[in-house]
Amino acid sequence: MSTLNESALNELKKIAEKIYKDLENSRVPSLELPARTKTNIIFDERYRVWKYGSQFIKRSATSLPSAYMLLRTMYMIDFIRQMIEQNKTSTLRELYYISEGWKNAKFESQDESDKLAEDLEIMTKKLREDFKLRPEEDGARVIGNIVIEEITRGGEKRRIHCQDDVGDSGYSIPYNVEKEKLRFVETSADKVIAVETGGMFDRLVENRFDEKSNSILVHLKGQPARSTRRFIKRLNEELNLPVIVFTDGDPWSYRIYASVAYGAIKTAHISEYLATPSAQFLGVTPSDILNYELPSDELNKEDISALKSELKDPRFQDEFWINEIKLQLEIKKKAEQQALAKYGLDYVTDVYLPEKMVEMGYEV
Amino acid sequence: MPVAEELAKKQRQISIAEFFERNKQILGFDSLTRALITCVKEAVDNALDACEEAGILPEIKVEIEEYGDEYKVSVEDNGPGIVKSQIPHVFGRLLYGSRFHSLKQSRGQQGIGISAAVLYSQLTTGKPTVITSKIGEGFPAHRIELIIDTKKNLPRIIKEEMVHWEKKSGTKIELFVRGKYVKNRKQSVYEYLRSTAIVNPHTSIVFIEPDGNEIIFERVVDELPEQPKEIKPHLHGIELGTLLKMCKDTKAKKLTTFLANEFSSVSINKAREIAKIAGLENKNPNEIGLEEAKKLIESFKKVKMMAPPTDCLSPIGEIYIKKGLRKETMMLSPEFISTDTRQPSVFSGTPFMVETGIVYGGNLPKDERVEILRFANRVPLLYQEGGCVITEVIKDIDWRRYGLEQKGGRGIPYGPAIILVHVASVNIPFTSESKEAIAHIDEIKKEIKLSLQQCARKMKSHLSKKEKKEKVKNKFLLISKILPEIARKSAEMVGKPVPSIDSIISQIMNIVWIEDEITEKNGMLESRIRIINYKDSSQNFILYAEIPDKEKVAEVSPEPAEMKKKVIKWRVSIKPSEKIEYCFKLNKDSYDFEENNLYISGINPVNVVGAEKWEGEG
Repeated sequence: MSTLNESALNELKKIAEKIYKDLENSRVPSLELPARTKTNIIFDERYRVWKYGSQFIKRSATSLPSAYMLLRTMYMIDFIRQMIEQNKTSTLRELYYISEGWKNAKFESQDESDKLAEDLEIMTKKLREDFKLRPEEDGARVIGNIVIEEITRGGEKRRIHCQDDVGDSGYSIPYNVEKEKLRFVETSADKVIAVETGGMFDRLVENRFDEKSNSILVHLKGQPARSTRRFIKRLNEELNLPVIVFTDGDPWSYRIYASVAYGAIKTAHISEYLATPSAQFLGVTPSDILNYELPSDELNKEDISALKSELKDPRFQDEFWINEIKLQLEIKKKAEQQALAKYGLDYVTDVYLPEKMVEMGYEV
Repeated sequence: MPVAEELAKKQRQISIAEFFERNKQILGFDSLTRALITCVKEAVDNALDACEEAGILPEIKVEIEEYGDEYKVSVEDNGPGIVKSQIPHVFGRLLYGSRFHSLKQSRGQQGIGISAAVLYSQLTTGKPTVITSKIGEGFPAHRIELIIDTKKNLPRIIKEEMVHWEKKSGTKIELFVRGKYVKNRKQSVYEYLRSTAIVNPHTSIVFIEPDGNEIIFERVVDELPEQPKEIKPHLHGIELGTLLKMCKDTKAKKLTTFLANEFSSVSINKAREIAKIAGLENKNPNEIGLEEAKKLIESFKKVKMMAPPTDCLSPIGEIYIKKGLRKETMMLSPEFISTDTRQPSVFSGTPFMVETGIVYGGNLPKDERVEILRFANRVPLLYQEGGCVITEVIKDIDWRRYGLEQKGGRGIPYGPAIILVHVASVNIPFTSESKEAIAHIDEIKKEIKLSLQQCARKMKSHLSKKEKKEKVKNKFLLISKILPEIARKSAEMVGKPVPSIDSIISQIMNIVWIEDEITEKNGMLESRIRIINYKDSSQNFILYAEIPDKEKVAEVSPEPAEMKKKVIKWRVSIKPSEKIEYCFKLNKDSYDFEENNLYISGINPVNVVGAEKWEGEG
């Protein structure tokens, strides 16, 4: 049992003790945890990321749904204890299926069990990896001039050059990217470009943009997994590489950027650990749609309400975002990254990205 | 022979076939599907009327067989039978019947029904209709094949013989028709028979479909409905033609005697007053002409008169509707049935009354339009739903208030429900001669609305009770299952003994909890009431349980403090976390006992779940 796991277990046991103490003292058992909503995130000056504020919710056994959650909490803690003691891990999905055998404590959907695992992180200030729980999603892909050292299943150290030792699909980020598992050996790249879609990532790879622009390309795969965000954060912190985010031009993509740069609302308890506050948004911006005359689609109802909600989201309260979002609501258009192909396959690497990067102050 | 007479003869020759052709829709033969339903309907209506008039509990057998594009329809009853000489007239002559001018609640009002089916059969297949009838034990059964001579509107017997029939008495009609047999549709023979069974719970019907499938609609009431009485017409609402005919036919020599004797609710003084207003004193009614009759009708309007007697109506009755509905929806296991019977009322001098019922829940479809069952004088109305006053009233009610879904509070509601409306009258005002939709008459609208609202209120009260129970059930699950498990699991993890949770339970509940259950056992309805005190102190109060009637209660335990006609009263004294059970048994014939109604006094109602505050006395 690693010390990391041991201290996680101690924290979890404190939760069980709290419940027991309530019962022993004839108090209705309850647990408190921060409200995980948009209205309860505040900017942390020290880490420059968005974290949960001071609103708490109380789960008390006076209501049936809360009582169920308390019981599930007990069961999940007990299950984690067993895993730590037996040195096993499980995926979040496996955890959900295991709960089938918990009778009254079983979950109705995986959403519920995923969320409770996050609740436990929040209450214990530990990571779910410390609980031996890992996500389902495979890590995203990386291509660029960087050498990574990974501890393999067999326990050996293996060095991987993320251009020479990998195929066109790149190096795949594992779920655990902490130092005991993964180390950066050396790099000659001077920046990181995080790309939303697989199509655009492959285009940049085919056009050898990693070499031409001396960048590490990271595929975000839509809303990026924790490990992807943590990986980018480490590149930024340990190697001092600036991070550029390149996405589609719609409200959902802005949220992808926000989760890379500021932290996601769902994981605001570990924002300082996942978010890269200095990450910059490159595009596609609503201004780009106009300036580059990109082929575009009409905003639908959901797009419009997402944009409006972003106007109220504390993470988007700066001049750049407010102007761009208002512009988009005015032109009522959205565009995909790949719309740049309108001007040919090389346009994005020969013209668009260099122009935009110069605009942002990079030498190209 | 003069030309005019020759022509008149011709006119009559074509008249009957043409009359039928022109009035196909009115008679109910305008489509192949409907024609088949109408044949069954006319025969069954006749059979039911015959049985009831003779005081016999009807046993009816309907069989439909398929022969290519023709169907053979057989309908057999256990009625009194028809004497041989009358058979041709009953089945083989249009507009022949005993009810044509009588004012009496009955299924058929025109006397056109069954002979129209015979005519339809003969026009579409060329085959004769076969009637078999027997009038009692020791009598032979007669089997007669007949057709209608369309030239003379007279029956023609093709063949007649005496046959052996096991039956004590009864009548059977067999006819071949062109038609179409459909299933799983509102407008089908099956639905017609099912609906008929609902409002005639004293009837048993065996139905054999063309594919040999046998369906039995069992009798649930061993008692005939009271025979409706015939009444004299009322001055309000009489039509000019009828008045003239009555004037001509009467044997009275003076107008005043005529009015007093042949109309209902007219005293001799009233008759004098009317004659005076009309300026027709001392007139011989036989001599009254068109103009005078018009004057008379005018004068009827000017006098105040007593309403007609309403004891001439024969309602199905709340309990019997409930029994009928319960039996025919049994496989859907509905959770609740409410019914209502209004007092008789009058429109234009015509007595009528309205009965309604609502079936809710169970396996009835949740997101479809509710099913509407319309009836006039116990006959299901299958067609022209949109034009019927019943549908209009249903659309007008805001059903959202009663727990059904309805867009904008108008239109036919959605939800797991069946709505039944029965209108009984000595003269049902149909929108047209096809008799499928009841006309929009304000008095009828009002009565239907009041009755439906009454049913709907009962449904709503049931739904609120159910919702409350659901909440309580959740709490019970919480304290009985979840909380003990939390205690056990947390104790296991900290390695200490399981703590007692009694005091936490009373903190969470902090109420006196009352639950009840009705079960059927050995022909009895057993009602069990369980009280648990989840408060932290002893509680003393009085519990009241509503009963349908003191006479029906067979057993009560523990001994009640008092038992009145409609209520049982117990004094409850209960310690913290104590459980006490109360029980009473009812004779099973209490179908109107759907749910327990429990009340309490002597304790703050907010501290009690499962019973309401007692508003009565003592």
